[in-house]
Amino acid sequence: MTKPRIIACIVAALLIGGVVTAFAVVWRPAIAAIEPPAPQSFDTALVKQGRDLAAIGNCNDCHTVRGGKAFAGGLPVPTPFGTIYSSNITPDPETGIGRWSEDAFRRAMRSGVDRAGSHLYPTFPYDHFTNVTDEDDRALYAFLMTRPAVHVPARANDLSFPLNQRFVVAGWKLLFLRLGTYQADISQNAEWNRGAYLVEGLAHCGACHTPRNALGAERASASFSGGDVDNWHAYAINARSPSPVPWDTEALFSYLRQGWHSDHGVARGPMAEVVSNLSSVQESDVHAIAAFMTSVFGLPPDRLRQASDIRTRIKSPPPPSPTNTPGASIYAAACATCHDTDRPLPYGGVHLGLSTAVSAPDPRNAANIILSGIGPVEGERSPIMPGFASSMTDQQISALLNYLRARFSNQPAWTGVEKTVADARISQTVFLQTSQGPHNAPADPMQRDKP
Amino acid sequence: MMTLKVNGHDHQIDADPDTPLLYVLREDIKLNAAKFGCGLGQCGACTVIVDGKAVLSCVTPLLLLEGKRVTTLEGLGTIDAPAPIQRAFMEEQAAQCGYCIAGMMMRAQALLQKNPKPTDAQIRAELEPHLCRCGTHMRILRAVHRAARLMDTAELSPSSHGSTP
Repeated sequence: MTKPRIIACIVAALLIGGVVTAFAVVWRPAIAAIEPPAPQSFDTALVKQGRDLAAIGNCNDCHTVRGGKAFAGGLPVPTPFGTIYSSNITPDPETGIGRWSEDAFRRAMRSGVDRAGSHLYPTFPYDHFTNVTDEDDRALYAFLMTRPAVHVPARANDLSFPLNQRFVVAGWKLLFLRLGTYQADISQNAEWNRGAYLVEGLAHCGACHTPRNALGAERASASFSGGDVDNWHAYAINARSPSPVPWDTEALFSYLRQGWHSDHGVARGPMAEVVSNLSSVQESDVHAIAAFMTSVFGLPPDRLRQASDIRTRIKSPPPPSPTNTPGASIYAAACATCHDTDRPLPYGGVHLGLSTAVSAPDPRNAANIILSGIGPVEGERSPIMPGFASSMTDQQISALLNYLRARFSNQPAWTGVEKTVADARISQTVFLQTSQGPHNAPADPMQRDKP
Repeated sequence: MMTLKVNGHDHQIDADPDTPLLYVLREDIKLNAAKFGCGLGQCGACTVIVDGKAVLSCVTPLLLLEGKRVTTLEGLGTIDAPAPIQRAFMEEQAAQCGYCIAGMMMRAQALLQKNPKPTDAQIRAELEPHLCRCGTHMRILRAVHRAARLMDTAELSPSSHGSTP
């Protein structure tokens, strides 16, 4: 063989090797379509178990759009790369997952590939769902396949080239998807492990509460350090938590279960939907989540001291502060009647010295809540707060936010407040129009008998 | 001292900047259509229109109203010449005790100004912040639809286009 010929052969071999490797990375076979199984073919106990698991997984939150049918998809999910619309996961044979076998469903959960073999965008958090056991996937499948089938075709995603090519996702998975189910930590007890399994897996808490890198993957080194969702800040839920009073297991359990806690306030924004779901599942699972998360938060002794200082401080009269500023006047007329009285939560407002929003690194959540308030849950008794979007300008809300920050937190002043308010005014409108909102009253049912 | 524009008239108000608009309307200007219900912005009885938007006057401090136009129910029509929204509520007999109705009418008016033909669902969503303990909700819904029709007809009639020779 001549020299050029040898080179040509090597180049050809490399090219073929490259193509084969790329093919192996990208190509996934279709899994044969099945006749949609009859709802009666599923064991009712399994369906019930799947119902609770779906609530823990918060599936309905993304897979239902306001005004749409449950699990029929269509919710626009804004991402830094474009808008992705959630898919229809009802058992409709044409537009849903009616023709998916359990194997196809499990493959989607484990590795983000649909029945036909296309890669799914990681907006669907299979980087967490890969931790879910076969048994739990079976129960989820049984639950979803027994929902009413709804014929709603998927909306096309709004992504630009090359991200609109699904093979790109294969590369993302190569970099960031770690396959394998949750491995128990034998140094911890069963409840802790149950909590860790749920938090790292189905409940996918890190999907919002962990910051993401430039390619949209969770930064493993910054687990639970705070992230973004729908222009809300998902607070850090580790040692960096901005909550003035540190979380403990019982506070967290009661917050996740009823949607509020007197040391922390009322869940709202995307978290309101999470707690609305958690209020309906096995108490033991919520307690396990709280127990595991408490170990993630940690309880440094100086933070505990700070907590008792704060409780004392808010009971004493406020320190002399300028009362003639616009912020102070707005607070006095618009906020103090609920937030500065002894009316208990959830129908009275949290003292803003306890508010995580006021102590948070940026004013987004506080701006969102001032603009839109907390809407009532239809047909339920629930906490409410009027929104002030119609009565306050961006400048006035900024003055109020700056006042709240200075008076009620020991953190440095926020920057760029007015811009944040202007952005919140736009994005909050979209969020409220598309998100279905919580459906259970996030309140202690025991309270309903009381006046 | 600040100037407050209510129903087209300027009023000189001598009150602290954190005084709720509702108190100024009822006590200083003696306009009593807007009602004190809860004082917490949770019942809607105090609703008035500020620059075209429905606003809860009990949690709106005076200082937010610099340079704005406030409209109360008194500014929409009178007993002799009721506005379409008022006529509609009377014709549907939508009030029982009536305490919530002024607020309901103001938010409905603001809705109809930006959306002349709202659907049932849109009216329900818009009036969500308002409580009515008598339970006339179905009549209120009908009244808002009727007001929409009345306003539509009013726009077609020549008299609404100013005086004709």
